Amino acid sequence: MKKERVVVAMSGGVDSSVAAALLKKQDWEVIGITMCFNLPDSSGRRPTCCGIQGIEDARSVAHKLGIRHYVLNLQKVLFKKVIEDFCLEYLKGRTPNPCIRCNQYIKFDALLKKALSLGAKYLATGHYARIRKTQNYLLQKARDIKKDQSYFLYRLRQGQLRHILFPLGDYTKDEVRRLARDFDLPTAQKLASQEICFLPNTDYRGFLKTRIATDIKPGLIIDKEGNILGQHKGIPFYTIGQRQGLGIAKGYPLYVTKIEVKTNRIFVGKKEDVFKKEFLVKTPHFIAKPEKNKIALGVRIRYNHQEASAKLRIYKNKIKIEFSKSQFAITPGQSAVFYDKNIVIGGGIIDKVLD
Amino acid sequence: MKRVYLDYAATTPCDPEVIKAIEPYFFDKFGNPSSIHAEGQEAKKAIEDSRQTLATFLGAKPEEIIFTSGGTESNNFAIEGVAFALQNKGNHIITTAIEHHAVAEPAKFLEKRGFKVTFVGVDKYGLVDLIDIKQAITDKTILISVMHANNEIGTIQPIEEIGKIARESDIYFHSDAVQTVGHIPVNVNELGVDLLSLSAHKFYGPKGIGALYIRKGTRIERFLHGGDQERGRRASTHNTPGIVGLAKAIEICQSKMTDETKFQVLLRDRIIKGIQDKISEVYLNGHPTKRLPNNVNFSIKYIEGESILLNLDMLGIAASTGSACTSSSLEPSHVLLAIGLSPEIAHGSLRLTLGRWIEEQDIDYLLEHLPVVVEKLRAMSPLYEKK
Repeated sequence: MKKERVVVAMSGGVDSSVAAALLKKQDWEVIGITMCFNLPDSSGRRPTCCGIQGIEDARSVAHKLGIRHYVLNLQKVLFKKVIEDFCLEYLKGRTPNPCIRCNQYIKFDALLKKALSLGAKYLATGHYARIRKTQNYLLQKARDIKKDQSYFLYRLRQGQLRHILFPLGDYTKDEVRRLARDFDLPTAQKLASQEICFLPNTDYRGFLKTRIATDIKPGLIIDKEGNILGQHKGIPFYTIGQRQGLGIAKGYPLYVTKIEVKTNRIFVGKKEDVFKKEFLVKTPHFIAKPEKNKIALGVRIRYNHQEASAKLRIYKNKIKIEFSKSQFAITPGQSAVFYDKNIVIGGGIIDKVLD
Repeated sequence: MKRVYLDYAATTPCDPEVIKAIEPYFFDKFGNPSSIHAEGQEAKKAIEDSRQTLATFLGAKPEEIIFTSGGTESNNFAIEGVAFALQNKGNHIITTAIEHHAVAEPAKFLEKRGFKVTFVGVDKYGLVDLIDIKQAITDKTILISVMHANNEIGTIQPIEEIGKIARESDIYFHSDAVQTVGHIPVNVNELGVDLLSLSAHKFYGPKGIGALYIRKGTRIERFLHGGDQERGRRASTHNTPGIVGLAKAIEICQSKMTDETKFQVLLRDRIIKGIQDKISEVYLNGHPTKRLPNNVNFSIKYIEGESILLNLDMLGIAASTGSACTSSSLEPSHVLLAIGLSPEIAHGSLRLTLGRWIEEQDIDYLLEHLPVVVEKLRAMSPLYEKK
């Protein structure tokens, strides 16, 4: 019987390397593809996951496994769909999550189409998440709850989910590291990369300066009583809950509580002022749409947020969410993702925090 | 799995006879040709015999041949060497918009060093207009560099005529002949060149060896500084096996050229006709007749060349979208843009290049599978609507 073909998105990191090795062992015809974005490398810094080093590492893993390996340049679509939005969102006083858009538009759209055009049945990645086929496809948290990456994947549609494999969903990170050693993969010892791949040295502020410097204007920092406390360097350089870099000394620590684009002002306050309960999300997307419009679910408001229970009220183009307990730094631009235990129900982009 | 290699312009396999000729120079005849003893003399003789072989082939004198590490070095050497030797005389260089990067990049490097470079455009077939060359000449012009045939679209330039223009104006003339040497006749006197680059791995010789022809009396700055090899123009211990292999390869090409050309033109035209018959909305790039015997280059509308390439690869067919040296960059080929293609169409280009071990049935295999791949990709393309 002819083997079925699967494309593995190989970044050169441990996870996608092991994903490829597992599929190869399961007797798929595996093709490795590494995306290349030709991004400016800030000199001397350690290479980011999608940099040249990543391509070389992916290639050496592919050679070791004896699989085909191609490098595809997806720079244009990355700029159009991810980087432009990334900059624009910051200008609007929001804090975007580019990884979510990358999954939505690059990995599981542009790259998925390439994979299908190569006659592959699936595109596999090294994400920690699981897909379960019921009547529809469901997205589920990974077995390793500490590593779970389902948050980044909530915008996937049925047409995408049916062509995706997450071979690592049932493994813990420790097991994956062990597998990398057992498979004797050249990337077994590599450190995890947590940063956003197109930001050299995780410096998003420096990146914005090189791209949208002229649109960035300094403005005032005020407290909720309206007292002027100082000057900010431009809205894009701040995020809700930020404490560092405000340059103001008060008797107690100050946090960014609100960013107001219209007046180019940044509000600061005490830590307790950053805790909020209610907010709206826009552009909602459901993988498993609830039947009722009012529902209680677990909600995560950023990747490293401890899921908290909330009541949702679903409207046509927005959702109102009310946490049972106030949460720190509900941040416009970030995504709120809804969970029913292990299942990803859906999510949306945080639009407005209600007082 | 069956493999059909249709990328001879990227590189060729080393002819088994070449491999046989080289073999003794790794162990038995390993000497350093610059050494005085018998071992050195033996190697020296092999090199000088090889130089004579290549010189004869090109219609040149042996002392006009400098062995280099390949096409890129030869081009860099020619352009930078002449520029630095003549910088007191002038600072203007003329070349074309469709040169290989190995010419275009040294020219751009010189631009940063205060030289002026004119990149002359080409017509829709990729041909340079002699009038454009004439008009670009100034009293500061010290070098004209025009490739013999283009590596992507195969168009062969009117080198003899450009040579005459250069001679009349007393300007040095260089031609990058990496794509032609070994495939069509190349005679430095008929072409009227002062400098000419070639590379062995493009004509069934080994990689890492090439040569630069430098007409006697041409002023040129030395390239690699070190020992006195190659009359002090290019230091570095000679690559004896490479040089012997280059000469053997050129000998074989010379003896087979007439037959090979005839056969390749036959197959080439069969591919061109086959593609035009079986696939709609395809455009042949390059000149219909003034082209290399082994080059086919098509733009296939609505799909990306890269996708065709990967699909063909999985069917066992090795093809290319253009130059192998830029295959990981996303920019559409500068050659295809220069002949007037829009960036979208330039993205859908496919280059098939033939060589010594291509057989009729390889072309059957290609013509059987390529239309299916194109059909499949077009069905997935948002740009394509079935007519």
